[in-house]
Amino acid sequence: MSMNRREFLQILAAASAAGFALNSRELLAAQGGEKLYDLPRFGNVHFLHFTDCHAQLLPIWFREPNVNIGLGGAVGKVPHIVGEQLLKTYGIQPGGREAHAFTYLDFAQAAKTYGKVGGFAHLATLVKQLRAGRPNALLLDGGDTWQGSGTALWTQGQDMVDACKLLGVDMMSPHWEFTLGHERVKQIIEKDFAGKIEFLAQNVKTTDFGDPVFKPYALREMNGVKVAVVGQAFPYTPIANPRYMVPDWTFGIQDEEMQKAVNAARGEGAQVVVVLSHNGMDVDLKMASRVTGIDAILGGHTHDGVPQPVKVQNKGGVTLVTNAGSNGKFLGVLDFDVKGGKVSDFRYKLLPVFSNLLAADKDMTALIDKIRAPYLGKLEEKLAVSEGLLYRRGNFNGSWDQLILDAMMEVKGADLAFSPGFRWGTSILPGQAITFEHVMDQTAITYPMSTLTEMTGEQIKTILEDVCDNLFNPDPYYQQGGDMVRVGGLTYACDPNAKIGSRIQDMRLGGKPLDATKKYKVAGWAPVAENAQGEPIWEVVARWLRDKKTITPRQLNTPRLIGVAGNPGLA
Amino acid sequence: MDMLRRTVLKGAGATGVLAGLLAAGVLKPTLAYANDWNKAAFEAKELDAALKALGAEGAAEHKDLVMKAPEIAENGAVVPIDVSSAIPNTASIAILVLKNPSPLTSVFEFSNGAMADVAVRLKVAQTSVIRAVAKADGKVYSTQKEVKVTVGGCGG
Repeated sequence: MSMNRREFLQILAAASAAGFALNSRELLAAQGGEKLYDLPRFGNVHFLHFTDCHAQLLPIWFREPNVNIGLGGAVGKVPHIVGEQLLKTYGIQPGGREAHAFTYLDFAQAAKTYGKVGGFAHLATLVKQLRAGRPNALLLDGGDTWQGSGTALWTQGQDMVDACKLLGVDMMSPHWEFTLGHERVKQIIEKDFAGKIEFLAQNVKTTDFGDPVFKPYALREMNGVKVAVVGQAFPYTPIANPRYMVPDWTFGIQDEEMQKAVNAARGEGAQVVVVLSHNGMDVDLKMASRVTGIDAILGGHTHDGVPQPVKVQNKGGVTLVTNAGSNGKFLGVLDFDVKGGKVSDFRYKLLPVFSNLLAADKDMTALIDKIRAPYLGKLEEKLAVSEGLLYRRGNFNGSWDQLILDAMMEVKGADLAFSPGFRWGTSILPGQAITFEHVMDQTAITYPMSTLTEMTGEQIKTILEDVCDNLFNPDPYYQQGGDMVRVGGLTYACDPNAKIGSRIQDMRLGGKPLDATKKYKVAGWAPVAENAQGEPIWEVVARWLRDKKTITPRQLNTPRLIGVAGNPGLA
Repeated sequence: MDMLRRTVLKGAGATGVLAGLLAAGVLKPTLAYANDWNKAAFEAKELDAALKALGAEGAAEHKDLVMKAPEIAENGAVVPIDVSSAIPNTASIAILVLKNPSPLTSVFEFSNGAMADVAVRLKVAQTSVIRAVAKADGKVYSTQKEVKVTVGGCGG
């Protein structure tokens, strides 16, 4: 007799009901699962929102951070709360399915209990189910969709373009999309998206005359209500990513232009205006306080899985700000009740996509299989087994990043190493094999060159200070939304509340203070400068993994923190 | 998109290039405006000296003097700055990059009710406050904003 997991759990549940003393977490996991997706329709205007899926077509593991520090006005405020603080804020029961989705707590064990998350075939089923009860709902993709996996890189995003069309995405806004180069972006919009998916970005203009490059917003009639969606691209794309990828375009936050777009949409009769944003949550919160006439900002970029919207007061009323996590793990559902030409009430739910609670959609499965077929041998190559949990998220380091740093330092013979503070990349459970696909999940970018550079102690400090300010500048408009550059070999202290130039202290190499004038060999990857050379980082890491075969738990190199003890973003 | 406009201007050296040349001192404003060249102000190495030479000390904030500048520069070599003044009888606008070796970048004078709205592209050597100073009816007003110049990378 073959029994699938769900049937097995149903039998367990029946046994429990019949009085058997079964008290396993498996059982608890089964109960309540079905109810999770039983979301009654509210009102007459509906948006389904996912963001930052980073090209993860298959179900994955993804550990949320235990370090996400907020400073100044953001201390203890959403999204800068982690772990138990987050559970308390939203009244989520510890140890349950949702606690697992929204926090890092007991991650490896809970991951085994509740299974993988995301996957486009499972997401497709959920979207279909929600659309059945919400006629004419719009499916919005917040971007970072065409990057993040081996297949997305090797097909220049075509796999994700095809998957999003099949999923029924209506509109999207961009960030990493631009790292495929401006010509490829235009090609996809003109060839694949025409008449199907709106590509929206009000804040991208030509560098010479400031002409708009993309449509700023799109209007739709939904159940008798005119709605507008305004697109906002990641404002710092040409700074955080290579400038040469988008040589003729300028970005920026552009509040005033946003206000004009919102006013124009209202002028065209929109009764509901939402912004599909890739600003990052802190920037969205500030923007919501300054721009009027927006009913909701559906946000991404900072990968914050935020269970409920933050209500931001501004001169025109209230704007809801959401953030819908990453890696295909969540689907946001926003319902508005629109009466007499304006929003009278709302409901919001950020649904975790648990793959074993949602059947895989057949058509999407077939497409994913077709996409993967030419690369399957390469993707499934087992490189090593990890004894410890590997994850990336966190302000200062993650065990996956530590692994990359360790590999670079050893392979390149470097004194120290830098790895970018990216927030994408899937997790690996203890005992799991690391495949080439997993390595690509952490490294698949169009500028993957690994480098070895001589830098003085002073240059090293300048870089650390610069990146640290992008993370901890008290004004969100001066932040870039990534995490601190990961550092291997070099120990340091960090005072996030200090000003740029004074945050990084006590830098030591092998216990000795770093010499400002001495030159050190620094390994790194993902250079933003044009014409950089070097072996792709995934080759460096894969070679190191093949050589090691067994990867012991990584020792995280994180800075000694000053002045943030007790911060609710620190666990 | 007006391709002709683009081609013509590219051929002639786009506005940004022109501003860059000005800032770099290659194309000296002296060539064009020899008579009005405020040598002391443009060659001042300190903000206070530049302001003094401009006669722009003790400026007050005014809501109708507005500066548009990026929070973080995409390219420190050509930072787009837009300054407009709706203060009646605005006679001049000066723009200063406080941390540049010579802070004063440009002075624009308006006469006969010309609209006081200027756009420039400035070289900003390092993270700096950009200040605009306007004169109207003998009074001085200013507004400012910090523009960050960063090494880039590591985002998202």
